[in-house]
Amino acid sequence: MSNKLNPSMSLAKPDAQDLSLKQKVAVGMGVIGLFILVLALFNLDLPNKAIFLTISLSLITIGTIIYANDAYLTKLKGIKNDGVWFKSISSRGTLGWITGLVLTSFYVVLYFYEGLLGAGADGAENTGLIALFDPLSKLLSGRPASQWFVYGTLYTVAILAFGYKFILKYRHNRYEQIRTISVMFFQLAFAFLIPEFMYVMNSDLPYNDLKNVWPLNYYNFEQYRVDSFINGGTIGMVMLIFGILSIFVITPILTFKYGKRWYCSWVCGCGGLAETAGDSFRQLSDKSQNAWKIERWVIHSVLVFVVLMTTAVIYTYLGYDPNKYWLTRDVFLFSVAGFLTLVFALTMIFKRQELGKDAKYGAIGYFVIIIALIGIHVFSSETKLFLFKAETLRSTYGFLIGAIFSGVIGTGFYPIFGNRVWCRFGCPMAAILGFQQRMFSRFRITTNGGQCISCGNCSTYCEMGIDVRAYAQKGENIVRSSCVGCGICSAVCPRGVLKLENDSMKGRINPTEVLLGNDVDLMDLVNQK
Amino acid sequence: MEHIVIIGNGISGVTLARHIRKLSDKKITIISAETDYFFSRTALMYVYMGHMKFEHTQPYENWFWKKNRIELRKAYVEQVDTDNKALQFANGETLNYDKLIIATGSKPNKFGWPGQDLNGVMGMYHKQDLENLEKYAPNNKVCKRALIVGGGLIGIELAEMLNSRNIPVTFLVRESSFWNGVLPEGESQMINRHIKNHHIDLRLSTNLKEIKSDEHGNVKSVVIEETGEEIPCTVVGLTAGVSPNIDFLKSSKIETDRGVKVNRYLETNIPDVYAIGDCAEQHEAIGNRRPIEAVWYTGRMMGETLAQTICGNRIAYKPGHWFNSAKFLDIEYQTYGWVFGERGRPDYESHFHWKHDDDTKCITVAYNKNNNEFLGINTFGIRMRHETFDRWLTEKRDVDYVMTHLSDANFDPEFYTHFEKDILNAYNNQLQTASS
Repeated sequence: MSNKLNPSMSLAKPDAQDLSLKQKVAVGMGVIGLFILVLALFNLDLPNKAIFLTISLSLITIGTIIYANDAYLTKLKGIKNDGVWFKSISSRGTLGWITGLVLTSFYVVLYFYEGLLGAGADGAENTGLIALFDPLSKLLSGRPASQWFVYGTLYTVAILAFGYKFILKYRHNRYEQIRTISVMFFQLAFAFLIPEFMYVMNSDLPYNDLKNVWPLNYYNFEQYRVDSFINGGTIGMVMLIFGILSIFVITPILTFKYGKRWYCSWVCGCGGLAETAGDSFRQLSDKSQNAWKIERWVIHSVLVFVVLMTTAVIYTYLGYDPNKYWLTRDVFLFSVAGFLTLVFALTMIFKRQELGKDAKYGAIGYFVIIIALIGIHVFSSETKLFLFKAETLRSTYGFLIGAIFSGVIGTGFYPIFGNRVWCRFGCPMAAILGFQQRMFSRFRITTNGGQCISCGNCSTYCEMGIDVRAYAQKGENIVRSSCVGCGICSAVCPRGVLKLENDSMKGRINPTEVLLGNDVDLMDLVNQK
Repeated sequence: MEHIVIIGNGISGVTLARHIRKLSDKKITIISAETDYFFSRTALMYVYMGHMKFEHTQPYENWFWKKNRIELRKAYVEQVDTDNKALQFANGETLNYDKLIIATGSKPNKFGWPGQDLNGVMGMYHKQDLENLEKYAPNNKVCKRALIVGGGLIGIELAEMLNSRNIPVTFLVRESSFWNGVLPEGESQMINRHIKNHHIDLRLSTNLKEIKSDEHGNVKSVVIEETGEEIPCTVVGLTAGVSPNIDFLKSSKIETDRGVKVNRYLETNIPDVYAIGDCAEQHEAIGNRRPIEAVWYTGRMMGETLAQTICGNRIAYKPGHWFNSAKFLDIEYQTYGWVFGERGRPDYESHFHWKHDDDTKCITVAYNKNNNEFLGINTFGIRMRHETFDRWLTEKRDVDYVMTHLSDANFDPEFYTHFEKDILNAYNNQLQTASS
């Protein structure tokens, strides 16, 4: 049996037949908007850049809005997943692969060949695509655009336009709407506008997206940034302190109260793009147990990597000028080791039972870090750690994780692996928040007694690849470190089985063999074991 | 090693197999002629609608069965020889068992309508029905109109399925209002309107007279009993209920009526032969339940229960408080305890009904008018907590308590508008009106 309605490989055909006239016009507008960007990319000298940029971004935005209006407002409120697996773009069809390829190439160019986008080298004037964005950049901060400004603008436009689409798609669901307004706000204000205005106020400060917490923002404590924070007066110091407090105080408290969703699906920019522009691809995440195993190894390895890298980088520059910082190398190293030991010990004392086999892997990670820290302490010279520079470690991390993983694979491969590949397999911030969520949080997805019919909508639409059904059909709450709390499993459930909740820690994890609704004596007999 | 053979790989048989494996080392074989692996039957509709691929409806990965030493066999059982404890397959092979469990589920009802076996006439129950539908109704060019006969849960699901591919649907319902044999009037009427809002041509109090054929044996049209109107269509969905799928047992010594007759222990008249799920028929119904319960949840519960008996701890099937759920297009429905429609409602049962102005949310609370005991609730468009109602039913709470504590049972997602206050006001007003 073929469930594919459009087995054709034709590019024009696949889902054009499903589009209404209005939707076709809307798609056309978006394509023209993108085409203007392409023209600029190929260095066509557009006469009035400000006007063309405005036209381009407006066409993209308005096109998306018209499309969304026609797709959702013409229908009754409810789940809108009809035909998801028949459409080429959302089922790894031809359009999906082409989109993936285009996005991937864009990221490769963005990270490694910004010259192709028209970045002016060594103070030269921008050309091409980047020059097109100069007027907007000058308007906001007075300086010419960079490739990152171009990227940031397109990123923000994508979150806003597709955020609107998402809100309409889930217009029966206030959790989804409020959450989406939140990511749209944080992207527009914190990631895009505030840093530009900060620059206007104090141009010595580095670009700083306040919500971008280490280790997602892996470069936050590099010397150039810390120096300019320190030299940036009160506001700089506030930023530095806020950056540190975010990790050690703010994040744990919020995660305890609300789960990691407060960040991953309400605030974070990566999550914001995944939830809006990436929403059409959430069903493509791999739900197999194998994928879960790989996920846990990869994401925790990245975490170990980023902890070591950051420690090494800070350790190195603390040594350059011992009088400049009140922290000395050894105090720093011992603090890191001490903090990690404390976390490790507390977890082992209080949560050993819950960890099961994972305790062993946690111990491995812990000892790798400690041995590496001892190594740094014993073998380092003034400029080198072991045999290489800390800078090498940093640039390797920046290349492998910062660029390839989070950008090229993480976003470029949306239409192939789903929209949360980076968040699931790579993000060290998600690993830390996830650890907190699993060990010490009031958040869980509650299952509703015996009501599950094992249909699989929840698992299919889980962007993090969690097999939600495996828990729901056992009447077991879902307490998983990777859950970003997007709430879609609950939304798509046709039987009202799933509810995201913050409640007490007690009884949060409740595996059952016999579900509610059966003989009470049998439930007692089997579930007490 | 004792060999447990289960015929049927649905929720009942698979639940049973899983629980036997947890309790014992017995050899387990599951036989199915329908599919290689267990899938969620209730999810078939989502495959046609493009929400999921068929693989997604399979709750366990394919390695699961080998790992748990549950043997799967794709074969059709033709005969059961209980004297020799042997099964005869359609391909001529045989299989011996020590204990046999019949869990073959249901099949769609056909009531002898003229033309009911034409090409393009189908039920919506088996995976093969889905394949058939894909063949005859892939889009609205091949299928200009589909007609559905039978206003129950499967009928409305089939209507939703066809609607998702923009195929015009005419929906014939014998009753005067959708599913009003089960639902109280207010709810049933709300669903009527919701169906029509989806541009489905709902025909109430309308029966099928005959299905007409074209020269190739394909469906051409349907004639209505009451008016004689002939409706051109190329697909006819027969969804007038289901009945136990047990024809293959007719020649065996196992006692059957509509279903396989079982006692409270789910044992048939033959030792070591059991029946569970849709195909089992209790000698006497349990409480308000029907003798045959064709519901996902009851199949699962029978599986959970029988595993104990098979593994040496003989216990009776003793389900707790009734619950069920469904979804009518965009409106979710849950029920806890007993709420009767017009048909079969006990004299002592009174109802409080509240409906939201947007016509997509309503509840009906049933209580005993003699002593105010809470009997059950139907809820549409508002999710409620199974656990809370199960507890209230066990505690035999009165209806006032339930109405004043309704917010404890709310299970809607965070930030949803709550209606408990409106509901309580309506409830209090109604009482005032009633007493004045």
